[in-house]
Amino acid sequence: MLLLNTIAEFFQNYTIQIVFTGSLILGITAGCLGTFAVLRQQSLLGDAIAHATLPGVCLAFLITQTKNPFVLLLGAGISGWIASLFLKLIVENTKLKKDAALGIILSVFFGLGLLLITIVQKLPTATKAGLDKFIFGNAATLLKQDVMMMSAFSIFIFLVLIVFWKEFKILVFDRDYAASQGMPVHFFDVFLTTLIVIAIVIGLQTVGVVLMSAMLVAPAAAARQWTDRLGVMLFLSALFGAISGTFGAITSSMVSNLPTGPTIVIFLSIFVLVSLVFAPNRGLLWDWIRSYRNRKTILTTTMLQNLLLFSEIQTDPFHPHDISALKAIGRGAIDKTMKELSRKGWAQQFEDKRWALTPKGLDKARKLTKEYEETISGFSSA
Amino acid sequence: MMMTQTTKITNPAIDVTDLTVAYHEKPVLWDVDFQAPQDTLLAIVGPNGAGKSTLIKTILGLLKPAAGRIQVFGKNYRPQSRLIGYVPQKGTVDWDFPTNVLDVVLMGRYGHLGWFRRPKVEDRKMAVDCLEKVGMADFMNRQISQLSGGQQQRVFIARALIQDAPIYLMDEPFAGVDAATERSIITLLRELKDKGKTIICVHHDLQTLKEYFEWVMLLNVRAVALGKVTDILTQENLRKTYGGKAAFLTGLKEEEEKGHASA
Repeated sequence: MLLLNTIAEFFQNYTIQIVFTGSLILGITAGCLGTFAVLRQQSLLGDAIAHATLPGVCLAFLITQTKNPFVLLLGAGISGWIASLFLKLIVENTKLKKDAALGIILSVFFGLGLLLITIVQKLPTATKAGLDKFIFGNAATLLKQDVMMMSAFSIFIFLVLIVFWKEFKILVFDRDYAASQGMPVHFFDVFLTTLIVIAIVIGLQTVGVVLMSAMLVAPAAAARQWTDRLGVMLFLSALFGAISGTFGAITSSMVSNLPTGPTIVIFLSIFVLVSLVFAPNRGLLWDWIRSYRNRKTILTTTMLQNLLLFSEIQTDPFHPHDISALKAIGRGAIDKTMKELSRKGWAQQFEDKRWALTPKGLDKARKLTKEYEETISGFSSA
Repeated sequence: MMMTQTTKITNPAIDVTDLTVAYHEKPVLWDVDFQAPQDTLLAIVGPNGAGKSTLIKTILGLLKPAAGRIQVFGKNYRPQSRLIGYVPQKGTVDWDFPTNVLDVVLMGRYGHLGWFRRPKVEDRKMAVDCLEKVGMADFMNRQISQLSGGQQQRVFIARALIQDAPIYLMDEPFAGVDAATERSIITLLRELKDKGKTIICVHHDLQTLKEYFEWVMLLNVRAVALGKVTDILTQENLRKTYGGKAAFLTGLKEEEEKGHASA
């Protein structure tokens, strides 16, 4: 009860409410769009666009001399969008590869942004412009009007995703095929990228330009590990984004001078790590277990067949044999394998250390050999 | 260079005139004329880099030609008219995409459905029917990442079948499939042809060309020859298409001579 009260009190705090809501919206929106970015193999596109928003923020401030977040974020959006168009132009019209184009766009725009931010900070009128929060993010400075704006944008994004679900799906999976059916793929390319720009702009104040792409890529990459359905992946990605976003933002706003972006990234990396290792089927742990089991099956099968060969030397198939010759071939794994065989009741060891098949083992060995021969003949007849 | 054309074609399904396509000033197709008669199986044959896929993609409207005219059933072609079903090379997509076989086949209905609309029960039924035709109905709920190369190809063909188009363009439908799958695919293509469809395939195997296809277009940036396989598949034409690399075609030469002897 006490804990619940503490939590309830905690959420009555106005700043916490704002930070919580803002980062929740951001996490969900970025998680959803990140799914498409990751599946399009455009994970770095978000990074380039995010970095490219910085000059827009600075120019908007220099031109209007206001700190109005709407104006600054509009500048950010325009400059991010221009960067994404440049990127498309470079990739489609020059021989430069995508990664080179991304590198160029990211560094040129970000460099320009850093230059402008230095100019801004030297202006006497702008001593407290606070534009540097756009670099690493500061959730604690979010205002109610910021959160309202973020909600409006993210509702727009959700509506678009619902309406154009199948269009985006086919665009990501097989763009040429979509075009062959008359779908305006260039329009949808730009449209999807525009949505990604919007999601990035939503996150700029909270996460900052440097780490914003993590909000897009990390939840989606983690979500991909757990499912093979696009819809489920989108949901999980939004969930992971929401949890990391809120935890990170609240932690950073409770500790002074802790930038929000890096804190969120710490939480995100926990999701990514756990997903990479423990997810069923795609996880590393699963891989290790599978290859261990495969190896064991191969070893026991081979050994059983070797024993079958031995048993055919004598009229009594259960006559014990010395297997030291096999040890030379199978190295250390032989002892373990033999133990496994006797555990399964397929082979038994006599007091003189010699081994023989059991009746059950003989059946199994014959069955395996037959199956193997059928597979081989199946291949050759196909 | 004049193209060799042995048979006059009236009312072609596809009519390409003076088509030139270039990537960064390098011509990939140069002044190509190409006509596909209706209700045939036609192969486009040529060496690597001859522009075979480019020709298909340009007809489909995926690439903009530098010059030339493309007509389908006598009208300038727009993809929105959905007269052509497309089977791309199976290597062009990421098969690790999170979706299943039925979903991929349903993508063939998106053009018919129009914007906003989701596939309905009838669409699903059609998708299952098409999967049955390619012998993949048992795999409808299978993750696409778990398919073999031959199965991937059959899923792509099912996705084109559901489009129910009068013309099919297929980019190497036999590449990387086993002998059994190749048999079942060619049987299916013949059935389509018998229903009056026009099927155009990029094909690589000269050995099976005569058996599988009635018509052939030999292409190497320029159109070399177009006509019935029996008329076009000569040593002379192959040398024009493949250049000096035609030495490996000796098997065909013997066959050709046999043909002449019996004639």
